[in-house]
Amino acid sequence: MESWLIILFVIIPLFTAFLIPLGGKLLPWFGRTAVSGIMLFLVALAVHIILRMPGTVVYMAGGWEPVEGIPVAIYLVLDGLSLFLLLIINLLGFLSAFYAISYMRRYTGEKYFYTLMCLMIAGMNGVVLAGDLFNLYVFLEISVISSYALVAFGVEKTELEASYKYQVLGGLASLLVLFGIIMIYWQTKTLNIADISMIMQGSGQDPFNIFIQLILIAGFGIKAALIPFHAWLPDAHSSAPSPISAMLSGVLIKAVGVYVIIRLLFNMFPPDNSVAVVFTTIGALSMIIGVILAIGQWDLKRLLAYHSISQMGYVVTGIGMGMILLARGGENPAAALAIGGGLFHMINHAVFKGLLFLNAGAIEYAAGTRDMTKMGGLARYMPVTLSSSFSASMAISGIPPFNGFFSKLIIIIAAVQGGFYLLAVLAVIAGIITLASFMKFQRYAFYNKPEPDSPAREVPVVMRASMISLAVLCLLLSLLVFPGIRQVLLDPAVNVLVESTEYARLVLNL
Amino acid sequence: MWGMSVIVKKITQLMCALIFVYGIYIITHGHLTPGGGFAGGALVAGAFILLILANGSEYVRLKKQEEGSSMMESAALIAALVLASSGLIAGSMVFFNNFLPAGIPGQLASGGVIPFFNIFIGIKVAAALLTIFLALVIYREDISK
Repeated sequence: MESWLIILFVIIPLFTAFLIPLGGKLLPWFGRTAVSGIMLFLVALAVHIILRMPGTVVYMAGGWEPVEGIPVAIYLVLDGLSLFLLLIINLLGFLSAFYAISYMRRYTGEKYFYTLMCLMIAGMNGVVLAGDLFNLYVFLEISVISSYALVAFGVEKTELEASYKYQVLGGLASLLVLFGIIMIYWQTKTLNIADISMIMQGSGQDPFNIFIQLILIAGFGIKAALIPFHAWLPDAHSSAPSPISAMLSGVLIKAVGVYVIIRLLFNMFPPDNSVAVVFTTIGALSMIIGVILAIGQWDLKRLLAYHSISQMGYVVTGIGMGMILLARGGENPAAALAIGGGLFHMINHAVFKGLLFLNAGAIEYAAGTRDMTKMGGLARYMPVTLSSSFSASMAISGIPPFNGFFSKLIIIIAAVQGGFYLLAVLAVIAGIITLASFMKFQRYAFYNKPEPDSPAREVPVVMRASMISLAVLCLLLSLLVFPGIRQVLLDPAVNVLVESTEYARLVLNL
Repeated sequence: MWGMSVIVKKITQLMCALIFVYGIYIITHGHLTPGGGFAGGALVAGAFILLILANGSEYVRLKKQEEGSSMMESAALIAALVLASSGLIAGSMVFFNNFLPAGIPGQLASGGVIPFFNIFIGIKVAAALLTIFLALVIYREDISK
């Protein structure tokens, strides 16, 4: 494969972001069409690369070759895991941008919205492609700073408050991450992830390394909103415009939070049992506490936001169990199964949570409220929203044949095989409470007694098209359990994590 | 705001040109001496900000000025990206490729594409800082109305 293709994932959104203020001056429709267009192109590019199955591709910006085996260029690394995340980011980015064509008409300053959205996507694509810590940090800041502005896009009191809270906690997280990176640089005198990995494999596990890992877990844990660090998420995700809520919940917390933690803990640091136990415990806590906090909510988007914490808990628990099993050493089929389940749940969560936030946006657009007690009887007016939100609700609750069922099942089977019986029980309990809270959403929003003279009508065709595509994806992703399809998308990503020390060797081409 | 006294205005007008030229010097010599696009851009923006502070906000039509500087910022960044991508197209498919001749070290016309990046970044930083300043002034004017 031509390795220069991967730089396009960063260049194109960045270029479009700054073209929109200029182009939007002349052509008012420039922003909305350009963003949907480029996102569609990037999805096609990601699918094209997946079908070519490239293995690990390294791109050195500026063409600086390694000097005596020491990498000096800015490395962009594309492997199975990055490709998996790239597909999620760009797919959900495209559908949100397409949905926003109709949804954002009601806001002023539409072109700034598209500029910020493009910057956020460029940042996230950069994070998953970056091969060194400094560029990872820079791209991370690009994406989260644009998301601060996007959360405040409505400029009402609640939105500004949510954005402020998000900025304070996000700034704290960035500080912790930067602190961790500084310590790593002090220890190893390099910033390239593969190079650091080579040095750390030699030095083994010392207390200083574990300290750095815990600092990084705290920093990226805030970005991923895992449970002790979750305070900003319900406000921020419920205040943003709905396409952005879908992007934040569906993609941002994965790309800048969970992805970076697992990339660093698996591929950079040598595996360590105690850190893996901490990571899994945080995941399990998020899974169970998130869902308990969610069920009492009456604001639809807040309910969905708390469920994001809980579902990310599933992802982290699955991957964390795999990390514990790997750290104990030896060949372990349950480890690959647990990691596979976690990653599978990650793409599933992106799809169904994205869809649920788009549904919430559609309900807000039509009925003008986010309060579930004030909705009711919407089934009669909004058949498409009803059916798509039903499929998403079933998917998130883990009802077959929707995708959420299979990923949760794989995580639970892996937990039993690996001997984590408590986690298996917690996962089942969290699943049942999730089902209960989505029954509540369905009943109060769609089936309750209709509000008299409700203004609700079905939403415009563009919004419907996005929701239907995601609902179909909820069913189609179930196919990932079949071996033929799994080998194309899921297995390369799992292999990157299971063969954790291979990463450095492949990147440095030793 | 009505600006400051005649003495301040006159001195600022004289000083501004010097600060501006010094900013340009820092930008264009970015590849030879300390500083570069960012530092020089900040100086250039400082010259404009000084003029606005001394002469008062009636002196320029703020909204129009802000729009212009914001456009300038986007254009400068696009120019930098195009320059970086032209390295991709010209030759070996390498992003940020330094495809121009390097020249003799120490001379002004050396360093390949680096001086051009400095110039674009200088424009971008100057425009961005000016935009931020103007946005704050416009906000202040809006709430005092």
